Amino acid sequence: MIRSLLLAGLFSAGLSAAALAQSHPPHAQPGELEVDPYTVSDANAGADPIEDADVFVAFGGEAGIARVVDGLLERVREDERIEGIFRASDWPRLRRTLIEQFCYILGGPCTYTGRDMASVHRDHGITTREFNALVENLQDAMDAEGIPFALQNRLLARLAPMHRDVVTR
Amino acid sequence: MAFRKQWVAALVLAGLAGPSALANGWSDEWGGKLLLTRGISTVEGAGGGGLASWALITGNETERGIGGTAHASWVELPDYSFSAQGVALGFHDRFELSYTRQAFDTEAVGAALGLGQGFTFEQDVFGAKLRLFGDAVYDQDSWLPQIAAGVQYKVNNQSAVLNAIGAQDDEGVDLYLAATKLYLDRSLLLNATVRATRANQLGILGFGGDLEDDYQWAGEFSAGYLVNRRLLIGAEYRFKPDNLGLAGEDDWLDVFAAWAVNEHLTLTAAYVDLGSIVTFEDQRGLYFSIQAGF
Ligand code: HEM
Repeated sequence: MIRSLLLAGLFSAGLSAAALAQSHPPHAQPGELEVDPYTVSDANAGADPIEDADVFVAFGGEAGIARVVDGLLERVREDERIEGIFRASDWPRLRRTLIEQFCYILGGPCTYTGRDMASVHRDHGITTREFNALVENLQDAMDAEGIPFALQNRLLARLAPMHRDVVTR
Repeated sequence: MAFRKQWVAALVLAGLAGPSALANGWSDEWGGKLLLTRGISTVEGAGGGGLASWALITGNETERGIGGTAHASWVELPDYSFSAQGVALGFHDRFELSYTRQAFDTEAVGAALGLGQGFTFEQDVFGAKLRLFGDAVYDQDSWLPQIAAGVQYKVNNQSAVLNAIGAQDDEGVDLYLAATKLYLDRSLLLNATVRATRANQLGILGFGGDLEDDYQWAGEFSAGYLVNRRLLIGAEYRFKPDNLGLAGEDDWLDVFAAWAVNEHLTLTAAYVDLGSIVTFEDQRGLYFSIQAGF
């Protein structure tokens, strides 16, 4: 009895400690939810930047990348294959970190402040088919921005290995 | 005879497909591969290019499902016509089983050789392929290709004629090791295959011959450029043995365009140069293939 009370006490103390630790990171924008603390690093982006300035330019710089990410998220929201996975997502944060990540990988003047790919996707039980659905949406979004196919593939080549961290099922 | 072998193949297919499907429950999901990443079907029925067998596993399935393809291919040459139709199954993007029936119509050459106008060699090709390691599509941070090992058992229906032209057998087994990789940052698809074979013109002219009867190594190479998500253009070169004194054979090559109409249908057209076939030189012509997949 005493032991279980003790355990319960410890447990709730642990919970409130975790709740206290949740906060808005300094780079968060208004409207974002709180997240558990993590170490900010460009390494979290999961890929090294492309060292070819032409690619960043072809994507239309940061503004162009933001349009691609908006196009991607718009499509994901309507894609019945995967929209369910994103229902509980923090969309403002997802948008911001995706723009940062793509900008960083495409060699733009950005730092990635989001979490690493393994820990952020771990609990979503994502399959290869769902991964590919997202890739198709991204391709459609890049097509809509008129980004040449060969340059689209430069970005996709950096994202493809993340399959290892994103797909867990 | 050929009929019985087809039933054996069907049983083997069912025997392998059944337990695999049950073990994973019928909840196995369909589809999910990206366009063109299942390859097309070779004239021998394997997932690949048109002439070279690739390490890609046929069907639209991912590692969580079962998929398949059916194909029909035609080659129109100056003196012959060749066709192949078949079906193939892919299990969990890991294992492939295929069956293809080939028909090689000798048209007027048949009459000239005293075999009769339109004399046709027919051959059944039973194939199996196992993906060993590597990932052609996702491992873009490594140059290492996807590697698969395959086997093709071929049975020709014209033993008497094959015997007369010097072939040693009317059936044979090919073994191959294929390495395939998509180099996405260059939009390039490359393949190299090495095959151990005794086949004369794929086995259409039997196996082994008066000049050479042993297994020989033969390479198959493909290079393709992805123009967009739906269109792959490229070329292939296939080395072949040259076992028959009476009917020297050449290496084969083709220049192709494969177009994924959608996830279920791929159309391929090619210009092929099959060299000399039974003393008739310069057999260059058009190849067309339609492949349906799920
Ligand atoms: C290479 C492919 C992918 C990349 C680069 C990527 C990138 C990201 C990024 C940057 C975040 C936010 C990180 C943060 O909040 O710190 C995120 C979160 C997320 N991603 Fe992905 N992702 C990929 C594939 C996928 C796929 C295939 C799915 C599902 C079909 C998916 C579902 C999610 C979900 C549900 C979240 C969590 C959002 C939240 O909790 O608020 N991701 N991803």
